[in-house]
Amino acid sequence: MCQDCGCGDPEVVPVKVQQKILARNDRTAAHNREHFLGDGILAVNLMGGPGAGKTAVLEATGHALQNPKKVAAIAGDLATENDANRLIAAGIRSKAITTGQACHLDAELVHRSLHHFDLTGVEYLFIENVGNLVCPAVYDLGQALNVVALSITEGEDKPLKYPTMFAKADLVLLTKADLLPHLPFVDVDKITDALAHVMPNPRVISVSSRTGFGIEAWIRWLATARATALEQFEVYA
Amino acid sequence: MHEYSIIQSLVDSVTSECGGHAAALVLRVHIEIGDLSGVDTDLLTTAFETFREGTCCADAELLIERVSTQWVCPSCDRPIANGAILQCPNCHEPARLTRGDEIILRQIEMEVPDVSGLRMR
Repeated sequence: MCQDCGCGDPEVVPVKVQQKILARNDRTAAHNREHFLGDGILAVNLMGGPGAGKTAVLEATGHALQNPKKVAAIAGDLATENDANRLIAAGIRSKAITTGQACHLDAELVHRSLHHFDLTGVEYLFIENVGNLVCPAVYDLGQALNVVALSITEGEDKPLKYPTMFAKADLVLLTKADLLPHLPFVDVDKITDALAHVMPNPRVISVSSRTGFGIEAWIRWLATARATALEQFEVYA
Repeated sequence: MHEYSIIQSLVDSVTSECGGHAAALVLRVHIEIGDLSGVDTDLLTTAFETFREGTCCADAELLIERVSTQWVCPSCDRPIANGAILQCPNCHEPARLTRGDEIILRQIEMEVPDVSGLRMR
């Protein structure tokens, strides 16, 4: 109401909204999630900084699997399709999302990429996010789980510097473990301690994509996670 | 710089809320941003100033309320300090986030010549 004379012209009206600003993204993510789990697919949002070894872990996963046809990947990249091409060479059916200037994937980009992408027989879909430890953590893509690749060369306090990313992680893959003997100043205990301060249930698997160390443990973790996710989906469906 | 895409979503939401009120003038937009949301409020303000031009928010003020992070034990409800190990020292349960990840449009204040048709909530 006009504060000067109460003439009623015009009025200031408070409209309570109380809704998530990213509600539209979240609705698309929920739609993606229903498709994935309904089709028996465990979707994993694989995040990490540039050069953390995300693509290399997936290549190693493709090589280690007896049946790589069970795995597919969507690879987000600012400017190239290099990662998707590497994964295809490793036997993983893959599709690239080139984001241009966007520093993260969102649910709509993932949804659009799924059109004309045959996922028949796929049990695991890896969504390799754009290399970035900040922005990708904000957007739900419809994944069942978040996995963060953190290389042992990145610094022991990295989790403390990017708490949002690690707070959302269901698993951290500590990559490039084969380099450890050459890095006398890196203390893995300090990394796991930093994770415990930002991650409520810190689960870590050390891997080396070069030697294959830890890849079997990672594949076992995925199998258990898939069984749990599908069981929960059936209970709540 | 995901703050730009968050502001785009915010302006879309405000435009949608103002739908049917072409003469509405948005004065203030109140949002809540959690400390653990991964959103930088300074960048958000800059993005708002860039994107509001030509929209219903062109003359609006963006008011940001920061929400501090709060972790608790899901078993005994004991608060667990931000920066501590995120596990209850008593129950050994992983902490649960109860506050701090908000990215919420809370309220819009707008000036309308005729309020009779406005949906009040």
